[in-house]
Amino acid sequence: MGQSVQEMIAQSKGKKSKKFVEKMIPVLLFLIATVSVLTTIGIMLTLIVETVTFFTRVSFIEFIFGTTWLPFSNLDAQFGILPLIVGTLKITLIAIVVAVPIGISAAIYLSEYATDNVRRVIKPVLEVLAGIPTIVYGFFALTFVTPLLQSIFPEIKIFNAISPGIVVGIMIIPMIASLSEDAMSSVPKSIRDGALAMGSTKFEVAMKITVPAAISGIIASVVLAISRAIGETMIVSLAAGSTPKFDGDFTGSIQTMTAYIVQVSKGDAGYGTTIYYSIYAVGFTLFVFTLVMNILANYVSKRFREEY
Amino acid sequence: MRYIEHDIVVKRMNGRNVVNKLFKSIFLLATLSALLALVILLYQIVSQGASHLSIDFLTNFASRFPAEAGIKAALVGSIWLMLVVAPTSIILGVGSAIYLEEYAGKNRITTFIQMNISNLAGVPSVVFGLLGLTIFVRALALGNSILAAGFTMSLLILPVIIVASQEAIRSVPGELRDASYGMGATKWQTIVRIILPAAIPGILTGSILALSRAIGETAPLIVVGVPVIIQFLPEGVMDTFTALPMQIYDWSSRPQQEFQQVAAAGIIVLMSVLLLMNSVAVFIRNKFEKRY
Repeated sequence: MGQSVQEMIAQSKGKKSKKFVEKMIPVLLFLIATVSVLTTIGIMLTLIVETVTFFTRVSFIEFIFGTTWLPFSNLDAQFGILPLIVGTLKITLIAIVVAVPIGISAAIYLSEYATDNVRRVIKPVLEVLAGIPTIVYGFFALTFVTPLLQSIFPEIKIFNAISPGIVVGIMIIPMIASLSEDAMSSVPKSIRDGALAMGSTKFEVAMKITVPAAISGIIASVVLAISRAIGETMIVSLAAGSTPKFDGDFTGSIQTMTAYIVQVSKGDAGYGTTIYYSIYAVGFTLFVFTLVMNILANYVSKRFREEY
Repeated sequence: MRYIEHDIVVKRMNGRNVVNKLFKSIFLLATLSALLALVILLYQIVSQGASHLSIDFLTNFASRFPAEAGIKAALVGSIWLMLVVAPTSIILGVGSAIYLEEYAGKNRITTFIQMNISNLAGVPSVVFGLLGLTIFVRALALGNSILAAGFTMSLLILPVIIVASQEAIRSVPGELRDASYGMGATKWQTIVRIILPAAIPGILTGSILALSRAIGETAPLIVVGVPVIIQFLPEGVMDTFTALPMQIYDWSSRPQQEFQQVAAAGIIVLMSVLLLMNSVAVFIRNKFEKRY
């Protein structure tokens, strides 16, 4: 211990290796951080390149405006994506009809009425609901919800849009509830207290104060939930069937964009066939749909946010 | 002179109170209906699957006969998958989070990376499957191996881990940092010896939750081309494999009624694994969470 602190500092400062580490670490970490950017670029490039190959074989006009999706026909394969989009929208519509009223009601209940104890019980349960794998929801749709619906409405087929739609709705309830509740909870208590002091009931506070103040967050949560519903794959693969249809029928088998990708992947379509490239074209369309929704959600929550 | 007519107030208040009570019940019922859905779902699965659950189910390979079908290959495959996903996604996720929180300046590149991460979190998992199919399975020629599927899954849960780690790192108080610098520590020393140890519970909790999402994901595995019927166990990361959700998907989509019970038993196994992982996450959160 013949060294003074000063000497030790001087000595340690002189170490080349340490300086090198200090300089290299940020570079290395920056490279790691770019992986997420590379992933996005990878997704875009993959989808664009393979989709372009697809469009050398199928006309863009047919793809966008065609109302027949018949990829497996040997003689007359047709690739009009509208039936798949219609299938996706049917599922999304039902999911939203189920999830928006329940999700927002739950959010209002949790933020305006529930005591801390009740909240401590309900929120984790909602988290559990959010953590259940979609394959489990798919099984539930197929083996419970569909038979239940069939026993009430006999005209419903084994594969239909209603049952998976309802279950996708159940799946996105926690998302709407928790994001909306976050938005409502961030409304300052003083505003609520003001309204209560003026003689408002809690319901009036919720409807006239909290919900209007939190509306940007609530809308954003719904838009994000729509995006999730559009991209949901396993529930529709198991319970919605595989019949692309361009009509308004909800009771029979349909096919969504995601379910088509699964159907083809499962069947091991040969590399280089038009069917192989078609899953990228469908995937690209799906990607654009969800991207637009995510950007919209971002825009709504930024643009219309009430600042306190 | 009375400004407030007591009778009028009482009369009006009554109606409004009734409306308030009514809607309170409606909101409560809506909340409970979501919880009820969870109860029915769990009950359905347990009641259908419990009869098929046995030691044989865990130690048998898949079979054409429902009575003999077991989940061994899928269970072992899922564990192998996690052995690839956990290190890959945690190293990439925590590394990115350290960069963004500790090194990145407030400039356009940082904003861009941050925005990119939040957008990536919204990309459907099936699209990640397409990425994995093109890049890992075909371009890097990894085939439908554990490695290819593992990398695909890692990228899928990367945004979740980054965001959770960023929050954990951000919640380490500035005084600790300042004290470390004050003692003459370098930036990297401060990160490794002060910030990471303090942030590790949050990072682990977030990572385990992200991994439990990866273990239940099915769509990317199907797209990457993970097979279902496997009669052997993988011996390395380049082997083909199958995973729990793949096996459950296969059983669920078979027409025979008996396979529904096998699928339900498989779901019980999957949910038990998830429950175990989540309990560990909650345990870590409660045990190691320090309040500064």
